[in-house]
Amino acid sequence: MRVRRRRRIIRAIRKSNELNVVQNHTDRIRPGDILLVCTMRNERVRLPYFLQYYRDMGVNHFLFVDNDSTDGSLDYVAGQPDVSVWHTRASYKRAAFGVDWMNWLQRKYASGHWTLVVDPDEFFIYPFCDTRPIRALTDWLDNSSIRSFGAMLLDMYPKGRLDAQPYREGQDPLEIANWFDSGNYMITRNQVFGNLWIQGGPRARVFFPDKPKKAPALNKIPLVKWDRKYAYSSSTHMILPRGLNQVYDEWGGEKASGVLLHTKFLDTFGAKAEEELQRKQHYSGGAEYKVYAKQLKDDPELWCKWSEKYINWRQLEILGLMSKGNWA
Amino acid sequence: MLVHNALGRAEQVARHWAAAGCPVVIHVDRNVPRWTNDVLVKALADLPDVIFCKRHRCEWGTWGIVAASQGASEVMLERFPEVRHVYLASGSCLPLRPVQELIDYLAERPRTDFIESVTTADVPWTVGGLDEERFTMSFPFSWKKHRYLFDRWVAVQRRLGVKRRIPKGIVPHMGSQWWCLTRQTLSAILQDPERAEFDRYFRKVWIPDESYFQTRVRLYATNIESRSLTLSKFDFQGKPHIFYDDHLQLLRRSDCFVARKIWPHADRLYKAFLTDTEGAMKRTEPNPGKIDRIFAKAVVRRTRGRPGLYMQSRFPNEGWENGVTSGRYSVFEGFADLFENFDSWLTNTTGSRVHGHLFAPERVEYADQQAVMNGALSDSAPLRDYNPRAFLTSLIWNSRGERQCFQFGPHDTQDISWFLAKDPNAQISVITGAWAVPLFKSNSNFADIRKEAAQLQKIEREHLNILRSGYSKARIRIWTMAEFIEAPMEPLQTIIDEIGNKSQRRLAEAPKLADLTGFGQFLQNLKNQGMHPYLMGDFPVAREGSSGQQSKRKPYLVR
Repeated sequence: MRVRRRRRIIRAIRKSNELNVVQNHTDRIRPGDILLVCTMRNERVRLPYFLQYYRDMGVNHFLFVDNDSTDGSLDYVAGQPDVSVWHTRASYKRAAFGVDWMNWLQRKYASGHWTLVVDPDEFFIYPFCDTRPIRALTDWLDNSSIRSFGAMLLDMYPKGRLDAQPYREGQDPLEIANWFDSGNYMITRNQVFGNLWIQGGPRARVFFPDKPKKAPALNKIPLVKWDRKYAYSSSTHMILPRGLNQVYDEWGGEKASGVLLHTKFLDTFGAKAEEELQRKQHYSGGAEYKVYAKQLKDDPELWCKWSEKYINWRQLEILGLMSKGNWA
Repeated sequence: MLVHNALGRAEQVARHWAAAGCPVVIHVDRNVPRWTNDVLVKALADLPDVIFCKRHRCEWGTWGIVAASQGASEVMLERFPEVRHVYLASGSCLPLRPVQELIDYLAERPRTDFIESVTTADVPWTVGGLDEERFTMSFPFSWKKHRYLFDRWVAVQRRLGVKRRIPKGIVPHMGSQWWCLTRQTLSAILQDPERAEFDRYFRKVWIPDESYFQTRVRLYATNIESRSLTLSKFDFQGKPHIFYDDHLQLLRRSDCFVARKIWPHADRLYKAFLTDTEGAMKRTEPNPGKIDRIFAKAVVRRTRGRPGLYMQSRFPNEGWENGVTSGRYSVFEGFADLFENFDSWLTNTTGSRVHGHLFAPERVEYADQQAVMNGALSDSAPLRDYNPRAFLTSLIWNSRGERQCFQFGPHDTQDISWFLAKDPNAQISVITGAWAVPLFKSNSNFADIRKEAAQLQKIEREHLNILRSGYSKARIRIWTMAEFIEAPMEPLQTIIDEIGNKSQRRLAEAPKLADLTGFGQFLQNLKNQGMHPYLMGDFPVAREGSSGQQSKRKPYLVR
């Protein structure tokens, strides 16, 4: 395991020369600041709301990797005072789907900081997030000697066709995609890394009913008090050293956990799936996107009679998708 | 007041105390850098009644905190001779009620010491199993920094049976470290000629701040009220719960004078409770029970969790589920084959949700032929078979509050068998051999029927072996088909009673039994072809529908 971790770190260092700094405000990071790390490509329309959401939550500094956007994403974030951004033209796939770049940035700038790693279409929800800023959470985690915090990916989708309601810049995507699957998740334990492997949700239900093994993984560990010795291993699904994967309780209790609301399924999704299909830069040759593109032509409706409409974190808690643990 | 971080807040609270006329002695942890300390000292320089005492290094669980309390108390007693009660607070404590109320309260009880002080035998809250042993072992290693050495050293002492001598005359007591003592008691503790000996002993006791004053106070105090005036809730690891802005209403309803710990950034709390104008806060009816409930529930959530829930932060090892599934459910095997309208009959009788064969090989047969079920569970068979446990536990979890019933049989995917058998929530009722009825009614070639019958019988036998194994915990009832049709109402009544919904009247209407005329001959034909159909029990060949013969048959025991 140590060898694997080492290898990941060496990879990250090697891949770091692919990153060209565009704006480096990392000298403004003060001790104890909460950081957000994000890899993006052509997400211009989502960025304003994304930044606003996490600023309101209490994130102090953003670290972006722009993977050769062509829609002005780079220029947009480069104008912001609390953002540092790097640009690369290199292959997303060959950087282990961006993980190498992020490991490098975190190693260099995030050591000792609570660090949130999310995509531009993911919105982090944690217990009491409507009344307590994220610092309350990280302080509590510090106090409880917890180093990592799990948050499962929850796919959100609109009622009706995906392209029925266009997304406007600055809009809360949850106004459109506000439905989710509440209870069709499948969990197995990864004996090697000690993390849980969660699959299910609308993507398994609609896109992979015949090949469930291929359904995308939903387990994530996005919030970690980073240390230079740490390394994400496969997206944010797994992290090394293994102890950090223990975000679940094995003896019947519940640890505190959150949710990443995944608002991928907007009207922008069709175009994205089409593009990713061409680039083949995603996991297992973009097989996932192949299925999407095929299915979406026929019937782009994920909603079903038993879909749940999103209200707030308490609803997710009651449904058993996340937990307060002993935080009260 | 013991302070170790968030010095800005400590300053605010100290000012609040001082404004009400209470002198304050502040002890700042030695681990706080000097310049940070100086900022606080300077900030409070304008208040003559706020003074600082000698700093000690305070690490959790060690003597430093007691030394700090002692030092601060000595300064307090010496410098402020008019003080009658001394309240030990921390920098993250927040007075919930106007200080004047506390002053009045104490004035009415001039001789009472408020300190939680309980003998070790009666303490339920110790974490890590160290209660009595806190006093009889030595703890040279830091629990926070050298956990391994700490644990090893405890183990070694246990093994060797090494015990420290408890000084004569004292009985170990423990309790909350936040007390409020009278000058008389406190000075007696501090000025005792034997104090040095006690100190030497307690220096090596584990977490002395929870036992030093609590034990010694028993020697001098005349009137102990064994409770802390500070509201403090502890989680399962013995760490104090923290209060945030959204606890404002809750804290208003507490009847305690002081609460801890307050999150330093809880601006609303500090603003609401540190008001100068007296009575600025609306008095509300105290309801301290609510606070207790909320925090007790949080601890249970963390330690026991919600039964039958499998999720990203609760994935129990086998045997630790605290309820394999979240509710009772019923599995019926063979009933739908034997009775023509069993599903609708069961729905009407019990009012529960009756599914078809949930584990049918082609698709999941949900009630009413639905394609999706509660929680957006899909009817795809591959998805279900990919993780049958997750499928079933999700189904039961998603339909909490409504009993689920489903059919099962040898045609179905069998992977779930062990799970069903081991789940105490499952009520499994089996009519063995009933799978032969559809075969009997089918229009296939006899050779195919014979082959299929042999296969189904083999599958069912394996399933029955699982149900009868020593590991099974479900409520299992097994009848042979012959046994069952002899008197179907009685077992049905038992099952329905156990489901226990709706009316408790006797069953009026039985489900309609399939026409079994010629079934005995059918079985005989199977036998003639060299198969041995035994799971259905003993059917006579000539059973031409006459009910009179039923009484003659004997029950058949399946081995």
